[in-house]
Amino acid sequence: MLSRTADNLYWVSRYLERADFLARLIEASSRIAALPKTYASAQDEWQSVLIASGADETFYEHFPEPNEASVIAYLAFDARNPSSIRNCIEFARTNARAVRTALTVEMWEGINSAWLELKKFEAVQKELGRIDREELIKFLEYVKQTSSLYDGSGYRTMLRNDAYYFSRLGVYVERADNTARVLDVKYHVLLPEQEAVGGSVDYFQWTAILRSVSALTAYHWVYRESIKPWNVADLLILRQEMPRSLLSCCDNIVRFLDAIGNQYGRQGPAQRHARNMKRRLESTSIKDIFQSGLHEFVDGFVTDNNRLGTEIAEQYLIG
Amino acid sequence: MKSLAVCARGAKRPEMSSKKAIKPMTLPCFDEMTEGDGAARALYSRIAKWLETSPPGLLDSRRQQAEMLFRRIGITFAVYGDKEAAERLIPFDIIPRLLGHDEWLRLEAGLVQRVKVLNMFLTDVYGAQEIIRAGVVPADLVFRNDCYRPEMQGHRAPHDIWTHIAGIDIVRTDDQDFYVLEDNCRTPSGVSYMLENREMMIRLAPDLFAEHAVMPVENYPDSLLASLRSVAPPRCASEPNIVVLTPGQFNSAYYEHSFLADKLGVELVEGGDLTVKDDVVYMRTTEGPKRVDVIYRRVDDEFIDPLVFNPDSVLGAAGLMGAYLSGNVTLANAVGAGVADDKAIYTYMPEITRFYLGEEPKLKNVATWRCREPDALKYVLDHLSELVVKEVNGSGGYGMLVGPHATKEQIEDFRKKLLTAPDNFIAQPTLSLSTCPTSFLGGVAPRHVDLRPFVLSGSDGVRVVPGGLTRVALKEGSLVVNSSQGGGTKDTWVLETDAATP
Repeated sequence: MLSRTADNLYWVSRYLERADFLARLIEASSRIAALPKTYASAQDEWQSVLIASGADETFYEHFPEPNEASVIAYLAFDARNPSSIRNCIEFARTNARAVRTALTVEMWEGINSAWLELKKFEAVQKELGRIDREELIKFLEYVKQTSSLYDGSGYRTMLRNDAYYFSRLGVYVERADNTARVLDVKYHVLLPEQEAVGGSVDYFQWTAILRSVSALTAYHWVYRESIKPWNVADLLILRQEMPRSLLSCCDNIVRFLDAIGNQYGRQGPAQRHARNMKRRLESTSIKDIFQSGLHEFVDGFVTDNNRLGTEIAEQYLIG
Repeated sequence: MKSLAVCARGAKRPEMSSKKAIKPMTLPCFDEMTEGDGAARALYSRIAKWLETSPPGLLDSRRQQAEMLFRRIGITFAVYGDKEAAERLIPFDIIPRLLGHDEWLRLEAGLVQRVKVLNMFLTDVYGAQEIIRAGVVPADLVFRNDCYRPEMQGHRAPHDIWTHIAGIDIVRTDDQDFYVLEDNCRTPSGVSYMLENREMMIRLAPDLFAEHAVMPVENYPDSLLASLRSVAPPRCASEPNIVVLTPGQFNSAYYEHSFLADKLGVELVEGGDLTVKDDVVYMRTTEGPKRVDVIYRRVDDEFIDPLVFNPDSVLGAAGLMGAYLSGNVTLANAVGAGVADDKAIYTYMPEITRFYLGEEPKLKNVATWRCREPDALKYVLDHLSELVVKEVNGSGGYGMLVGPHATKEQIEDFRKKLLTAPDNFIAQPTLSLSTCPTSFLGGVAPRHVDLRPFVLSGSDGVRVVPGGLTRVALKEGSLVVNSSQGGGTKDTWVLETDAATP
């Protein structure tokens, strides 16, 4: 297939996955921020949301300080933020339109409808002159639906060939990055020694982390005990059955890169790199990770994952 | 899309409610649904009944449904220089336009003849130039034409086919004759609307559709693919790699480009996806370069190769012309085909047809005065207020005088232009174009229409799918079907039964 087509498919998936993640992140943080001060230290919550979303570098060009209104406005609707939800949907739609022929009708109509919806949300917001909480909840719901719809209709309707594989690859590379970012921002509340100090304050942080990657219910099913920070880290990093864990993402990245390699009859640096990432995760335990430093581990993973993205681009997408 | 280049005669008509529309009325021009006495023609009897019996509001709700569907599918076009409305819909009219089988057969025979002649003319112009030497067509009309490409002189297009996909714009003034308004030999657009309009009608008016034996158009992509495969370079080894070349998603017809690539099952490429090495065209793929054999290009001549034409163009590929002239890739349509669809050449089509085929043309030309000829110029100058005067190289309604609608100043202005450079102008009478019933918010009224059938030429013959794109001028009395100026479209139903069959 055309390199440009593969590139577009890969990025449509990445943008929609990112939009989905941002929606969950905003939801989770809004809950924390709404708690009375005795339950959660809300003051730097919005700062950490900015860092997790990668928007902290440009945010201060437009706002003096992060607070609920400014961060949500910037992350959800601001056209000046290249990674805002509205831009993710806009870019996803632009990319999708450029490769309409590679998408099934259902995928295209799903994403195009989402884009038309977005215009409506923007109109409502413009009329109000501010973000209304009820409108926001509806909007975030709709964003999550959009990515599920695209994902699901792709799963149900796409031919299983390179177009499908590149599209999936985008999902998992982006998802791994998002999970790692959350861990990176919140690693300090997951450190074991913090438990005694933090008490109930951190409890809400832990549940917020789980919520931001939609893993709160999954946690209870997997561990069947109250929330422990090391379990949260274990779930998000090493649990194969957790669809947003780093290991699960790597597993899928390897799977789809292998599928591409098999179809083309040729493996390359991207395949080797992905296998190494997966192997490192498989051969470690959460205890090892805490011993050698959670922060360092997550940092290393983010760097590794970025390099993988570059390798995929060089091997297939630039052409 | 271009405007209907002729003008209506006759007074404005009041709009009518859907019921009144089929009641007797006197029309100043041929209405395709009604006879002179106002009764519905046999061909339209079911449509008339449908309009009469449809509950009020049905057409409105169908129209809204259609709009919603078109938006969701993304069948939009871009309007250049209008950022706010970057993606607009072309209004779709729910009332179909009908042609009887006998009417279609006459039209089809004329279209096949016309396109054969256009291809023969192009082969001759870039080859032996017999028609010029015989004095049938003046040499300067060819060689001084903006669309004439000297790079192609002496070059034979594969299988002598230059205009693989032609759109011939047809108008009617009575139930007999079909007039060619314009030939489009370069990159005619609109075929996606022909196909999508049909889908829309089947979805929105399934009963009405089932009551008519409508000949299918859905095999158009198959026919197009067959035509494109048939013109692959002779040296092309096995299955030719066919691509559609688009200027990109900001082009006004991008939807159509992606639609066609999808229906053909071929890659939709942009200039940046192509590279040329040793006179062979490749596309960049995830598995490395892949050879390209046939390019259905929707990029104009001037932009396909910065080395030969516009040096600033990024819409084509450097070296593409070299590959083309070496016979390693086929371009559809051929470079230089535009010289045949020029307005000045148009006026010679009857003579050109007789010259190559020894037959009378089956489709009529709109009578045209060539102002380069002194007698014609004199007539035109004497009748400016009745005629439509057009610039030979103009298009889309620019540089045009519509006599009956013009002010005295405009007429005098044109008189000067004509006297200064008569060669640049032609003049045509105002035709009273046919109308079809068209729905509006709360009513139905006749509106002027044209028809663009699509004619495919391959090494294995000429193909025409029964139908075409009917464009309708939505403004009352207007003849402008241009999609950027309030023109709309209709589905065109060619029936398996003759027009006189009830």
